[in-house]
Amino acid sequence: MGDVLIGRGDAIPPAEVVDVELYHPHSWITKYVFSQDAKVIALQYSLTALAIGLVALVLSWLMRLQLGFPGVFSFIDPSQYLQYITMHGMIMVIYLLTALFLGGFGNYLIPLMVGARDMVFPYVNMLSYWVYLLAVLVLVASFFVPGGPTGAGWTLYPPQAILPGTPGHEWGIILMLVSLIIFIIGFTMGGLNYVVTVLQARTRGMTLMRMPLTVWGIFTATVLALLAFPALFVACVMMLFDRVLGTSFFIPALVSMGEQLKYGGGSPILFQHLFWFFGHPEVYIVALPAFGIVSDLIATHARRNIFGYRMMVWAIVAIGALSFVVWAHHMYVSGMNPWFGFFFATTTLVIAVPTAIKVYNWVLTLWRGDIHLTVPMLFALAFIVTFVNGGLTGLFLGNVVVDVPLSDTMFVVAHFHMVMGVAPILVIFGAIYHWYPKITGRMWNEALAKFHFWITFLGAYAIFFPMHYLGLLGMPRRYHDIGQTSFIPESAHTLNAFISIVALIVGVAQMVFLFNMFWSLRHGRKADGNPWRATTLEWQTPETPPGHGNWGKELPVVYRWAYDYNVPGADQDFIPQNQPPTPRPA
Amino acid sequence: MGVSILFFSAVAVFAVWWLSKHRLASKPWLEQGTASEFPGAGVSQTPVAKVGLTVLLASLAALFALFISAYVMRMQFADWRPVAKPTLLWVNTGVLMLSSAALQRARVAAEHDDEREIRAYLVAAGSTALAFLIGQIVAWQQLVALGYALASNPANAFFYLITGLHGLHVVGGLVALGWVMWRRSRAERPDVRLGLALCGMYWDFLLLIWLVLFGLLLLT
Repeated sequence: MGDVLIGRGDAIPPAEVVDVELYHPHSWITKYVFSQDAKVIALQYSLTALAIGLVALVLSWLMRLQLGFPGVFSFIDPSQYLQYITMHGMIMVIYLLTALFLGGFGNYLIPLMVGARDMVFPYVNMLSYWVYLLAVLVLVASFFVPGGPTGAGWTLYPPQAILPGTPGHEWGIILMLVSLIIFIIGFTMGGLNYVVTVLQARTRGMTLMRMPLTVWGIFTATVLALLAFPALFVACVMMLFDRVLGTSFFIPALVSMGEQLKYGGGSPILFQHLFWFFGHPEVYIVALPAFGIVSDLIATHARRNIFGYRMMVWAIVAIGALSFVVWAHHMYVSGMNPWFGFFFATTTLVIAVPTAIKVYNWVLTLWRGDIHLTVPMLFALAFIVTFVNGGLTGLFLGNVVVDVPLSDTMFVVAHFHMVMGVAPILVIFGAIYHWYPKITGRMWNEALAKFHFWITFLGAYAIFFPMHYLGLLGMPRRYHDIGQTSFIPESAHTLNAFISIVALIVGVAQMVFLFNMFWSLRHGRKADGNPWRATTLEWQTPETPPGHGNWGKELPVVYRWAYDYNVPGADQDFIPQNQPPTPRPA
Repeated sequence: MGVSILFFSAVAVFAVWWLSKHRLASKPWLEQGTASEFPGAGVSQTPVAKVGLTVLLASLAALFALFISAYVMRMQFADWRPVAKPTLLWVNTGVLMLSSAALQRARVAAEHDDEREIRAYLVAAGSTALAFLIGQIVAWQQLVALGYALASNPANAFFYLITGLHGLHVVGGLVALGWVMWRRSRAERPDVRLGLALCGMYWDFLLLIWLVLFGLLLLT
């Protein structure tokens, strides 16, 4: 490599930054609680997201207990079952995945990877976390109000979401909507930071096309989120008006419990349009950071430059753009003009093209690579397999005629858990294992980590693979108790019990992960600054873990792209981005 | 969804244009060196806060575009009864325009450092924006008095909701303007040009949104 030398190739003196530019914490409180350091905010975001994620995990256990052994656990009544479903879905999609990828990894990695000292608006960044925490607390509060949390399903479809008969229609739904509104406000504060930091705070030499794909993924996902979350905001505000002030944006005239309600004329479909206008980009808000991170994990641990970097960047942008024109494929069963169905089926299937490009490029990066089966690499490989799997069932469901009969079955549950549940979470684990040495300065226990990987990976397949089959049998989703029906054989019930037992085991395995993370803080082997011998800037910091301000007195200068692994003729098998090129012999 | 589709297409066109200026077709694996000589390779010289505000305004524009889309979609149902348009709304529109103009003058005054003029125009901009808010509340009261209750018709509900949200954004702008004025009062000769430019951008944006909303209201 290195056929073209930009400039003369000699090192230019790095820019010194005056000390006062940074806000320096003065006390424990400003250092760890009301911190304006993006890295501390990242950890606050991540720990809060993982904590609320544990709640979602417990809820999934309860659901599986009911599904696997109906009638055995008498404390789970139908209302509670619906509440578990709703809260599990909402927590996982919004409060865990979105917050962890963008608030957690975005905050930690963007400034370090683009060579900035911090986010561009540290104070707003701090506010963003505290507003997010407030949203989480409001959400948690809904477990303790009369009637409990809402059981409307994570899509909160009106009119049922706010009518008597749906659990939590008194207080739960109000708190849910308020919590989402707060979340969106908090997210916007953070999102501004992620976008503008990438735009304006890149260090010298860090062109857009030299950014690691992780940054590209998070950046594009944030742009999507800033444009898509307003749709959820609009939907939530209008539904809140319907519920609290008695307007009729979404609620048609109807009779409930024998009484004519004062609502009239509203359109439930309008809500669905708004919700899915947010909801589908949301899939990619979660997936694009995962795509980016997994590209970097694969390149680093296979010691090869990423195959087709340009194509990878274009594919991220193309997926981001396409994700705004497919929303109505979630609404095939709501009924629509066949021409619209045709249009949305086409756009949905077109997304498979850039996505497939990414998958090919990951595989081709691995091809003849020097693959190290480290724990982050294992998770990255598991992601590719899982994502392909979930993506293929997505092609089924993207077609109207296939979607309509499968829409309310376990097939859909299996599909979206594979593609946007398991797959991104595998990346989250891989990423945590990958960057843990940088964040803490310690290595985790490898044996425990591998144990965690195999149980999680195989377990996830044992849970979600059979669900496809259950769905094809016609087993409906959202049902508290299937009971005895002619079309569901006894073996399906046995399979359900099996899935539930595996789900409990996989859940317990996550405790091993948590234990490993906390135990290794103290007892892990000391990590050096760059244990993976990676090229990107975050591994080249003068201190590990990086101090406030990330870099010493001088910002790094970038001379090359992020994937110089195994460059022919180089001394080492990697060349850091900030290493000046050797001048060519005259 | 027409309005939203239009808006999001505009965003997409902008994004493509912006990306096309950033050497997206370059082959980074072949290039070494600091790349500082290449046009479009580094970061722009625009102040960070200005870029930040632009991104925020894009997000807010998406919000209002989606509200308008919802408005247009809901309007097609049979129970829609258009809301009355109090004459006061015309006055309020004028007041908001005055506010924007005053802020514009304050920016000009800041260019040639005329302390007295800056203060006068800032006070004018702030008080006209406040007058706009009061005017909107009075318009609400007039409508309520005429019997256009919030829950009695979706047209009324949309009117109160969208004008309320717009008003909240004006309140946010007033807080920002107050902060600029507070900073001025603290320092000896502070440079408030950037702060004024940002307030001006935000004011113009809110005026534009209001004109669109008002136009929508008049047409329906």
